[in-house]
Amino acid sequence: MASAETYPEDLKYHPEHDWARIEGDEAVLGITWWAQDALGELVHFEAPAIGDTAVKDEAYGEVESVKAVSDVISPLSGEILEVNEKAIEEPESINDDPYGEGWLVRIRLSDPTELNDLLDVEAYRAVVAEQ
Amino acid sequence: MSVAGLKRTPLHGRHVALGARMVPFAGWEMPVQYDGVIPEHLAVRRDRGVFDVSHMGQFHVEGPRQTELLQNLLSNDLSRLADGEAQYTLLTNDSGGIVDDLIAYRLGPFHTLLVVNAGNREAAYSWLEEREISGTEVRDASDEYALLAVQGPTALSSLGLGEGPAFTHAMGAVFGVEVMVCRTGYTGEQGVELMCPAEDAVELWDAIVATGTTPCGLGARDTLRLEVCYPLHGNDITGETDAISAGLGWTCALDKEFTGVAELRRIKEDGPASKLVAFVMDEKAVPRQGMPIVGGGTVTSGTHSPMLDVGIGMGYVPSDVSSPGTELVVDVRGKPKQAHVVKKPIYVKEES
Repeated sequence: MASAETYPEDLKYHPEHDWARIEGDEAVLGITWWAQDALGELVHFEAPAIGDTAVKDEAYGEVESVKAVSDVISPLSGEILEVNEKAIEEPESINDDPYGEGWLVRIRLSDPTELNDLLDVEAYRAVVAEQ
Repeated sequence: MSVAGLKRTPLHGRHVALGARMVPFAGWEMPVQYDGVIPEHLAVRRDRGVFDVSHMGQFHVEGPRQTELLQNLLSNDLSRLADGEAQYTLLTNDSGGIVDDLIAYRLGPFHTLLVVNAGNREAAYSWLEEREISGTEVRDASDEYALLAVQGPTALSSLGLGEGPAFTHAMGAVFGVEVMVCRTGYTGEQGVELMCPAEDAVELWDAIVATGTTPCGLGARDTLRLEVCYPLHGNDITGETDAISAGLGWTCALDKEFTGVAELRRIKEDGPASKLVAFVMDEKAVPRQGMPIVGGGTVTSGTHSPMLDVGIGMGYVPSDVSSPGTELVVDVRGKPKQAHVVKKPIYVKEES
């Protein structure tokens, strides 16, 4: 079985079950434990190209399990600086370690004020509890 | 989670207790997975798994003229069966389309058991009942039975059963429960389907699971059947598709008379305009039912193959691009993705 249910306190969350780890004017993005659990074992990450623009609240990629496909919603806007090749080559790493080895992309923030719209871990836990 | 209006099999409580994810399927609340589609799939290919397929329908067709009735309605030649034998066959409509695909088990000269798809139970039953002739009786006994499929290379030994010819059946006892042992399945592996009275299902399931057999859901059932290119009614074959185009000509005895046979003979004679092919993705992408195939054609089934670790599927394409090796392009949500036609089955078990 995959990882145990966790929501790290140092991350910011989007209600569409995405997380952001802020590192200066950059952010690392991924999907939450809840999202990977709902989808099941992932078999494909359709990644954006480096240099593409991620737009807050819009899809920047897709994650796909045996049974279902889902858009990955960007919690923040910015330019794609890096995509996680491991998530492409071994999508199961997203299930195994959604906040670590299973990160998806790194972006350069284009509008840091968007950070104010994101949820802290307590607010995100409340979103999960309603599902 | 209880879903309103859905039927439950006698094993519903067992599935919930095992933590299965329950989903609506053909009017039933069924387990789609327990621990995950991929580990369940691998268990069946490498060891064994058990599937609750009690949602499937069972019809008894009885009477002195039952063979005559079924010969007129089913595509395969029932007269080839002896008692204790079974046959994959099609219930066809007037245009040669497929009302349902099913297995006919000959119980005796005056008695055949039909096991039909859950989603077609009503349609198939009305089709048969409306065409009953004097001296025949068709009875829907689906609610009286549970059906457990035990599949995989260690399935038979785990049940204390010896090997036997495929498509045969016999009454027997498995772990003290009286069952009809059917040497049939939907996975491409060795195994059996065990039919028992509904009230014995829990006892049989518990005994099977106690031997270490992996409970498997409909998710793995679908990936397993697609790897070996068994068609799924509603996806790959429907009332609008015919057996010849679907590659199921071997189930049609075109030298006898049955519903739609003239149309099937014509298609066979002229050659089908399109064919149901199997394909493998050359790019990372998972094909899905309904995706267009560029140049004419549609994906009818698609998934990610756990054994091959690539996207696989089946779909109808024009006959001139249907031979193995032909390159195809699947439109995956607006993105063209390369694939190529392969010979069926997609997955062939390595001889050990």
